[in-house]
Amino acid sequence: MSFVTLARIQKSFGHAAVVKDFTLAVERGEFVTFLGPSGCGKTTILRMIAGFEQPSAGVIRIGGRDVTHLRANRRAIGMVFQAYALFPNMTVARNIGFGLKVAGKPAAEIEARVAEMLALIKLPDLAGRYPHQLSGGQQQRVSLARALAPNPQILLLDEPLSALDARIRVALREDIRALQRKLGITTIFVTHDQEEALSISDRIVVMHAGAIEQVGTPAEVYNRPKTRFVASFVGTLNTFAGVVADPAAGALRLGETTIFTRAPIEGARAGETRMLALRPEALSLEGAADGANALRVVIEDASFLGAVVRLKARFGDTILLADVFNAVGLALPQPGETVELSFRREDVIVLEGD
Amino acid sequence: MTRGRFGAWAAAGLGAVYFLLPLIATFEFSLRMRRGQYSFDAYAAVFASGGFQASFLYSTGLALATIVVAAALVVPTAYFVRLRLPHLAGVVEFITLLPLVIPAIVLVFGYIRLYGSSSFLPLTSTSLGADALLMFGYVGLGLPYMYRSVDTALQAIDARTLTEAAESQGAGSLRILFQVILPNIRSGVLSGAFLTFAIVIGEFTFASLLDRPAFGPYLQRIGASRAYEPAALAVIAFALTWACLGLIQLVGGAPQASTRR
Repeated sequence: MSFVTLARIQKSFGHAAVVKDFTLAVERGEFVTFLGPSGCGKTTILRMIAGFEQPSAGVIRIGGRDVTHLRANRRAIGMVFQAYALFPNMTVARNIGFGLKVAGKPAAEIEARVAEMLALIKLPDLAGRYPHQLSGGQQQRVSLARALAPNPQILLLDEPLSALDARIRVALREDIRALQRKLGITTIFVTHDQEEALSISDRIVVMHAGAIEQVGTPAEVYNRPKTRFVASFVGTLNTFAGVVADPAAGALRLGETTIFTRAPIEGARAGETRMLALRPEALSLEGAADGANALRVVIEDASFLGAVVRLKARFGDTILLADVFNAVGLALPQPGETVELSFRREDVIVLEGD
Repeated sequence: MTRGRFGAWAAAGLGAVYFLLPLIATFEFSLRMRRGQYSFDAYAAVFASGGFQASFLYSTGLALATIVVAAALVVPTAYFVRLRLPHLAGVVEFITLLPLVIPAIVLVFGYIRLYGSSSFLPLTSTSLGADALLMFGYVGLGLPYMYRSVDTALQAIDARTLTEAAESQGAGSLRILFQVILPNIRSGVLSGAFLTFAIVIGEFTFASLLDRPAFGPYLQRIGASRAYEPAALAVIAFALTWACLGLIQLVGGAPQASTRR
């Protein structure tokens, strides 16, 4: 049985439904990320798991226990907030020990646990500092230690890296993941940053307008986006329409050109229009291997980005982006030149819906 | 000096003269009690007067009681309105502003009518009852200042997030209020307390109509019967008020080290 289950959760504020029929099961020790744009309902779901919001309908279970109507302070969860939320009147040590004091632990035990947590977050010398004497990154580490100190059942992270600068953000997200693996704690992380989600998660829940668009591993979500929204939100993607020519053979017509997918196009009929997607890095200048697809395009621009060169090419009315590695001696096509861009059948993504 | 700068200095100077000249004149007059030379005789007379000491102590005690009751009433109210009943914020704000709109004389006649000797709760019949009534009246008078100070402090600390952080650590409402919220809005509570103190110490209407031996009525009596002592008392009252404002600056406005990023 899953450790955290959310069954048909709904949440409305007045007449506005912000979460619609949300169902998800999280396994013990799993790191799950809710990814989506602002206002998609990801933080609202996290707040319902924490007990700060009540669902309008549905059931929340943690460790097999129905906690839907349990008060937040009885749920044994650890939460890290975007704004750190350290208690300004308390030192770092007192902040970390707060939950243990609330639980009535003896002073010696609190002291030992605080020291252990400070070592874990690599700030052993800051026990006596106040929050305003710490940098943003240090504050968020202390916030993480405070959340973990009472040994919570689950760890909830509400955009904990958003307020930090880029370098600290990358370092801290690696530390969070390492800590989570070390402690084996079930973790739910909320972010709108796709790179963060892809780099840190066991599974990603992509959300849009209060509903789940796709649940999958980072590789699944990136390589096999199910919907146009997921395709556009996670990474850069070329999307264009194709007319199904032979569903069993996976053949589609793009103007005069025919391309093939790796498998039959399920549920499609000949003559139907389907939205297709291709990652820029799937396109190559190196000519089509046997069985691969190819499009003749006109180069409009080439941008040097360091390790890769991004080509902007026109195929009929569609603009395609192609990322090619910046190999030594690479002869870049010039604007106006007609070239062939090839891609494997496996790289063609047929999107659901429109 | 540029023309704009000269204008600013001139405006500031004019304002300073407008406010300081009467005060300096009052102070100068208060020193003239001894014929032909300046002295602090008027101040000595005031401090030696039993009426001054008794009325000042009475008003100080009343002010402290007012502050305790007002803080006990306002802090939880402002906290729970901000946290759980934000839709009532406008109504509560309106209620807290009423003492600024309704004249004190109207309020005190209302109190006498409600709690007079022939009412269901005849507070004015006993000295202790009248003291309590005066104190509750002062709580009302200080409400606009106390509520605003506390509410602003709550806004500044993001009380909602701190509360949620404490709840996620297992803390209940009382622990959160006393161990997390109150210590972090201390400067707001103290600001409200000092403003309340300044109001209570010189208040006349309530104390006079309830016939209480407070500092305000004493000031009025002295002013009606003496020449130099009222001027000395006015300067003392100014000094007390300024001391309160200075304490607010000291406690509430002390620059805190900014958060490093």
